[in-house]
Amino acid sequence: MAFETPAAVELRGLTKRFGSVIANDGVNLRIQPGTIHGVIGENGAGKSTAMKMLYGIFPPDAGEIIVNSKTCVWESPADAIAAGIGMVHQHFMLAGPYTALDNILLGAEPVRCGVIERKKARTRLEALARQYGLPVDWDSPIEELPVGVQQRVEILKLLYRDAKILILDEPTAVLTPQEANELFRNLKKLRDEGKTIILITHKLKEVMSFTDHVTVFRAGKVTGEMPTSQTNPQELANLMVGRKVVLNINVPPAHTRDELAMEVAALSLAGTVAGSRHKLSDVSFSVKRGEIVGVAGVEGNGQSELLQAILHPREPLCRTSGTVWFLGEDVTHWEARDIRDLGVAMIPEDRQREGLLLERPVSENFLLGLQRSSAFSQGGVLNSRNLLAAATQAEEEYDVRPRDLAIPAGKLSGGNQQKLIVAREFQRKPRLLIAAQPTRGVDVGAIEFIHNRIVRARDEGAGVLLVSFELEDILTLSDRILVMYEGRIAAEFARGQVSEGELGLKMAGS
Amino acid sequence: MRVLNRLSILVVVLGISLQSALAEVKVGLVLDLGGKDDKSFNASAYEGATAARKKLGIYLKYVEPSDDNAFEPLLRAFAQKDFDLIIGIGFAQKEAIAKVAAQFPQKHFVVVDSQVDAPNVRSLMFQEHEGGFIVGAIAAMTSQTGKIGYIGGMDVPLIRRFETGYEAGAKKINPQITVIANYVGVTPSAWNNPPRGKELALAQYDAGADVIFAAAGASGFGVFDAAEERKKLAIGVDSNEDWVKPGQILTSMLKRVDLAVFSAIQDAQNGKFTAGLKRFGLADKGVDYSIDQYNEKLLPESVRQRADALKADIIAGKIVVPDYYKK
Amino acid sequence: MRKLLQPVLAVAFGLALGLGVTRLAGENPWHVLQILWKSAFGSRYDFGMTLFYSTPLIFTGLAVAVPFQAGLFNIGAEGQLTLGALATAAVGAVWPGLPWPLAPALAILAAVTAGTVWGAIPGWLRAKRGSHEVINTIMLNFIAAGLASYVTLYLLKNPDTQNPETRPIGAGYLISQFGIFGGAPVSVALPLAILAAVLVWIFLWRTVIGFEMRAVGQNESAARAAGINTGRMTIIALAVGGGLAGLVGVGEVLGNAGKFRLGFSPEYGFIGIAVALLGRNQPAGVVAAALLFGALHKGTADLDFETEHVTRELSLVLQALIILSVSADGLWSWMKKRSAA
Repeated sequence: MAFETPAAVELRGLTKRFGSVIANDGVNLRIQPGTIHGVIGENGAGKSTAMKMLYGIFPPDAGEIIVNSKTCVWESPADAIAAGIGMVHQHFMLAGPYTALDNILLGAEPVRCGVIERKKARTRLEALARQYGLPVDWDSPIEELPVGVQQRVEILKLLYRDAKILILDEPTAVLTPQEANELFRNLKKLRDEGKTIILITHKLKEVMSFTDHVTVFRAGKVTGEMPTSQTNPQELANLMVGRKVVLNINVPPAHTRDELAMEVAALSLAGTVAGSRHKLSDVSFSVKRGEIVGVAGVEGNGQSELLQAILHPREPLCRTSGTVWFLGEDVTHWEARDIRDLGVAMIPEDRQREGLLLERPVSENFLLGLQRSSAFSQGGVLNSRNLLAAATQAEEEYDVRPRDLAIPAGKLSGGNQQKLIVAREFQRKPRLLIAAQPTRGVDVGAIEFIHNRIVRARDEGAGVLLVSFELEDILTLSDRILVMYEGRIAAEFARGQVSEGELGLKMAGS
Repeated sequence: MRVLNRLSILVVVLGISLQSALAEVKVGLVLDLGGKDDKSFNASAYEGATAARKKLGIYLKYVEPSDDNAFEPLLRAFAQKDFDLIIGIGFAQKEAIAKVAAQFPQKHFVVVDSQVDAPNVRSLMFQEHEGGFIVGAIAAMTSQTGKIGYIGGMDVPLIRRFETGYEAGAKKINPQITVIANYVGVTPSAWNNPPRGKELALAQYDAGADVIFAAAGASGFGVFDAAEERKKLAIGVDSNEDWVKPGQILTSMLKRVDLAVFSAIQDAQNGKFTAGLKRFGLADKGVDYSIDQYNEKLLPESVRQRADALKADIIAGKIVVPDYYKK
Repeated sequence: MRKLLQPVLAVAFGLALGLGVTRLAGENPWHVLQILWKSAFGSRYDFGMTLFYSTPLIFTGLAVAVPFQAGLFNIGAEGQLTLGALATAAVGAVWPGLPWPLAPALAILAAVTAGTVWGAIPGWLRAKRGSHEVINTIMLNFIAAGLASYVTLYLLKNPDTQNPETRPIGAGYLISQFGIFGGAPVSVALPLAILAAVLVWIFLWRTVIGFEMRAVGQNESAARAAGINTGRMTIIALAVGGGLAGLVGVGEVLGNAGKFRLGFSPEYGFIGIAVALLGRNQPAGVVAAALLFGALHKGTADLDFETEHVTRELSLVLQALIILSVSADGLWSWMKKRSAA
């Protein structure tokens, strides 16, 4: 391939160790200028590590970074930025109360005689926004802008600093399908203007639809690199996981029982400001045992509030009116603990915030919520022998890696954190499973696993309430689909009754 | 080492006999929590001991305890270290001295403002009410408004004793006089709260008082500030405080802790140390009022003469000042 | 190993800094260090005094550490210990005739109860009203001080002294002091403190409630989602902390003074924050840190006595530098954790 144009970025034999873990092991990677280059791999495969070294966040132990044919040694991201590399992190680096304009100027203020030249900066940013078709309301506090626009601000920040090579880390993790599509349209425009874009993701669909080249990581090594047009999702999935993966699991028809797992009637939650729109208005539905009910919707249409209301119905901040039944009991005034004790398992929306004690060992995370069950405590005293035995068994059964009960949960990859939560919640032998965003930020291998487990729970007689922004989750798993829009149930479909396009329209409120 | 150095210097330079040099008295001084810089009670004790070091050539070591529980270990440390005379300042040390004195019967102890009955303890008590009586009379003679104030530090019997004397003295001059009395607080921190002292003093001045007696340790500085602000008069306590705000301080009620401490040290050096209670009153100038260049213009001859006449009457027993302790 | 090394380095750094200051004051730092060592550990009596000062610090260190495990900052140990000691003395002064061992048992119960109530109040306010425990515990310190003054001076005043203290407690209340410390008031409160540390360890690491409390401290949302009543844990954590602080009254009143003295505590409650910080909020660490701070308190108290130039104020500077370097160390690891997240 000697005739190719020189690479925009080349990594040669890049190696990085964190303690005893080899995060990158001789990684070689070439990225052509003016392309969208997908970097895929499971969580913890080393793709983010490689990109963070490219961006100067930490130095490689061995190997070379070559940018535009020059070997580079970065002291810090500032050096990488000076060389024209920019990165949009998964969690945006934005200061909430400041305006979009201020956020871009932070750290890159054009200063003359100690005065920030805001006007000049603004003119230039507006020109950039026009050029790349990235409109932004410059004067609103950033926290009031939609997530998609916040991301746009992050990208403009890079363009403002003259980045030629843009690294985006899991950019769609926080976006709705519509927002994601728009993002990719914009990225293509940027590519056509000559920018080089590196897209870190684990979503095969994004790679297949929007990239020119793709590099696959597994266990700290590159296991494949090819033009996107010459591969297919199955091949990529196999390269990522290292074995044959079933991409579309086969969900057998449900044997729904007549017994109700849960029901809510006229559930409402008033807005926080008097007179503002209700966050939940008059939500009524039920879930039978042996049935998966999917709740689709764009983020921010009341799904989080719904979950809080059914788990903490007695708290006035979670529920204004309405009734909640679980397994035939009116639990409207119950404490969360008693509700959970009925056999309610919960995969929380945000696993790090609501599901895990990140600094505590895996064993304690496995115990969380089960500490009062007779298996793990007697007379208020914990039974650590039983706990360790059960946790060891669960790690095996749910394939939580590494098999180490002592490491902090925060050190696990996203997929393994999710598996840990699933392992723990299924320990309850659930009669009702509430699964919120069960595959968010989880790699393909783990998605397959989690989907299978949810179906198995259903087939063992649990009712499942599935809340997800991923249409794939909803369409694959749900026996019935509810669409939430502005705090209401806007539509209901049975399995197979609705296409992805139609569902998208209902989610957008039409 | 230090002792040896001192010995050789004494022997060689001064030619004093080895015998008398060996008799150098070692004095340990345990101050109250207020510390030697309170410009008042502890300062007076410290001055007495320092004067003894200069004039009598004794060896002096003083310490300031960190908390209530530190009195005992410090007293004990002095006793173990071959100090001959150990002085504890303030009534808070009463129990610690009683305990340590019992354990070291061959050592001599002094306690100020409190009484410990032990064969090796001298208790130094002052007739605060007598001093209070005199400055109360001076205040009443000076007041134009017929109202005077009293601001005590911590509300304890000792400070009540100042007040009773002060009021009696004022009433002796002017039976119709009004005495407004306030206390800074009820805990030891009341000795060191000038802002509160000032607040109380301003209130008293605004209520018509034109002379205030501050028996409040360092909180008295707040009273002096208020006097300056309102252009009124104040009376200091324990040490001579006339110099603090010249022109505003009418006089100070002296409580000569320094003299009492000095004489105890002197007695110990001369081998005349005696245990038991020693009272200091007007008669032996243990309590008194001050006149110096800072306040002589404030005290006309007539006032001084009348005050001295009252002093003489008290000493002669013609006037009996009411004592809060005997109430 | 690193976990152990870091606090030790922090102390060493603070000590070096403090000794540097004594050098400026004209003392030989090596000599100062020798005095510190000798007056903290030099004789049975000195060591006894060190243990005497360490005992309340174990209690207050635990009183800060337990709520800290639940993510709460207890600045109120001073008020809690004040009321604990006051309650102890009040029981002993009101019913002086009670016989041993009923008397001390009742008094200890009173100490724990008073402290617990005083800790539970900010816990309840936090759980039910959302008002911050730091502010409320500070406020309650003032209220406790006022309450203690009132009770001491107006209800239980000792008529035999000018000191602001309560009437002495009955003889049946006194707990025994160890004879081997040459008269230093080391009482049964010391083993009681160590026992408390052991029980706190069991509570935190071996009981359901301890686990739930720590879960709340680690991640309140996750604990709540797991069905843990976070409000109840907040109350329990501060109540347990308060109860532990209240136990300071046992050593002070039953084992030392035999009455409640206003201002007896040289801010044990606040030094307890440094003790907990240095001890990494672990019971064993708290005991070790309390011993260190007790030794420091005793050692520096004698510096004034043993040297020419080191005054009480300079001793306080020395202690403050060590506390500062310990807290800076805690702050440093906290910031490191934040930037890693």
